[in-house]
Amino acid sequence: MTEQGQNGDGRAILEVKNLKKYFTVGRRVSLKAVDGISLEIKKGETFGLVGESGCGKTTVGRVLVRLYEPSDGEVLFAGEDVHRTSGDEAKVLNRKMQMIFQDPQASLNPRMVVSDIVAEGIDIHNLAGSKKERLDRVHELLETVGLSKEHANRFPHEFSGGQRQRIGVARALAVEPEFIVADEPVSALDVSIQAQVINLMKRLQRERDLTYLFISHDLSVVKYISDRVGVMYLGQLVELADSAELYANPLHPYTRALLSAVPVPDPDYEAERERIVVEGDLPSPVNPPSGCRFRTRCPQAVEAAAHVDPPWREAKPGHWIQACPCFA
Amino acid sequence: MEMNGDNILEARDLLVSFSTYAGEVQAVRGVTFDLRRGETLAIVGESGSGKSVTAKSIMRLNPEANTIVGGGEILFDGRDLLKLSEKQMQRVRGPQIAMVFQDPMTSLDPTMKVGNQIAESLRKHLGMSRSRARERSVELLKLVGIPNAEERVKQYPHQFSGGMRQRVVIAIALACEPQILIADEPTTALDVTIQAQILDLLRELQEKIGTSVILITHDLGVVASVADRIAVMYAGKIVEIGTVRETFYDPQMPYTWGLLASIPLPTADRSQDLIPIPGSPPDMSDPPKGCPFTARCPYAMQVCPTEFPEYTVFSAEHKAACWLHHPMAPNVEPPVRIRGTR
Repeated sequence: MTEQGQNGDGRAILEVKNLKKYFTVGRRVSLKAVDGISLEIKKGETFGLVGESGCGKTTVGRVLVRLYEPSDGEVLFAGEDVHRTSGDEAKVLNRKMQMIFQDPQASLNPRMVVSDIVAEGIDIHNLAGSKKERLDRVHELLETVGLSKEHANRFPHEFSGGQRQRIGVARALAVEPEFIVADEPVSALDVSIQAQVINLMKRLQRERDLTYLFISHDLSVVKYISDRVGVMYLGQLVELADSAELYANPLHPYTRALLSAVPVPDPDYEAERERIVVEGDLPSPVNPPSGCRFRTRCPQAVEAAAHVDPPWREAKPGHWIQACPCFA
Repeated sequence: MEMNGDNILEARDLLVSFSTYAGEVQAVRGVTFDLRRGETLAIVGESGSGKSVTAKSIMRLNPEANTIVGGGEILFDGRDLLKLSEKQMQRVRGPQIAMVFQDPMTSLDPTMKVGNQIAESLRKHLGMSRSRARERSVELLKLVGIPNAEERVKQYPHQFSGGMRQRVVIAIALACEPQILIADEPTTALDVTIQAQILDLLRELQEKIGTSVILITHDLGVVASVADRIAVMYAGKIVEIGTVRETFYDPQMPYTWGLLASIPLPTADRSQDLIPIPGSPPDMSDPPKGCPFTARCPYAMQVCPTEFPEYTVFSAEHKAACWLHHPMAPNVEPPVRIRGTR
């Protein structure tokens, strides 16, 4: 890995193999939210997953932590098939894999006080021997995420958005997970607060050797926080590389268009930059285009793209692409 | 009422508050700005900074029941909009000043064909006949880049995607070629590729029609890409205002520094932490007496909480309110690094 080599020691903690998740949306009609995704996440790294709304990135995150069962394919966590475990084994896996949600308002029970929200996992997994130990753990967690013990007896509505997201982080940390899926964790926050939460997540990763799957539509945030980034389009990965490499040398036309659409807070740069304009809207995942899925909007689409399913291949070491005939 | 000829709109000392069960919330506390003919002025700030309330005050769209306009004037066309009757105001909204909101689904009527929604304002404000208005709505849909416009006018909003809906809303807003377009977070609900399409469209239409635009947003990237000038709001006040270049490259007050420093740039060094603004914005039902940013400001001095600073003028366009510019204040280097994105 490049400059950011400090995260990740190269061993895969999570392997996703040809994962598919279809939702039934009518009689014999299925929505292909995730349609054949394979990737590995290394221990201690942050893997960023980007794409536009409807590309399936949230579904991937939810299948990984077993909020959904996959339609096909498998997810291995430390070698164990996540969706084939049951009983105590499943419970152990649930503890090791946690999730942080986008909307801290919606993901915290408004009728529970913070200490009960944070300690719910501790209770379920019997991680505290006594009431005092439980409370000590809660206080410690709150302090870890930058809140104070006085907050333990308050309700979620008494907090600001940024503080609520800290509670969500504390809840995820309570069961000492190894892997956290963070689904748009800062998207609902103001920029000045976003930076607080991003810094917090980075610090916790350093201190606790956490592995993150960071899902976001905000490409600047993803670039900043991730070691490697995967770009999704209509249920498939189109490109995957080291974060710096992906942003410096995007190969797939969709990645290029996506990156060129992000407005940068630099007026001179904005005045001169050339955008790659993507025409039209996202096709329906119920009936995705044949062959290369991006071809209907691709500025360089070629005839052949409709007939071949582009193969997933390594263009250079560590840089994977869906090799559409239009560029490969 | 006297207005500078370059200006299409002037807001002076605007004070707006809301009475709520928890007391009076002072949303806008003395806001003054001009809007020039043909320019795009961005108003940025965090949620609760008063940027949307300012915009809605121009349109007089704040809820009548609990809004208290405590003072100030909004001059447009030689008249004070705050003094117009509701009837007079209805002749301003739409034909002269139009507004685009964040969520296109809630600004469209789900039970009405989009063609009729566009034609409605054409017939009401411009007195067009039914058939002329129908033709014009097709033209407008084409203008905002909706393919197959002849068929699309007969469809309902739910048959459009998010980006297409926002185009319809823009078509309605521009139907009567208003002099001012107020766009309140027009692309926040959209994906980046669609956002780029809509921003291009707004730029293009502005060139064609010559409308002045007030753009409300929290996204400094969007500001850099479309705005001429920027007003930074914090806790109901404009704390810095200037051309986009001056404000981004030579920001003059710690809140603007903080905003610019807290966003990850494409060139950001990942091993360096972002510089967040600590804490959270003040409670506007009891706003601080002095500079409202004091509690979060790393450079706060004794004087800051006691009195709101005068504006210091840096150029014809650029001014900021901060005690650091007082002759007796210490010299402080801003922690910002915006230049050299490439």
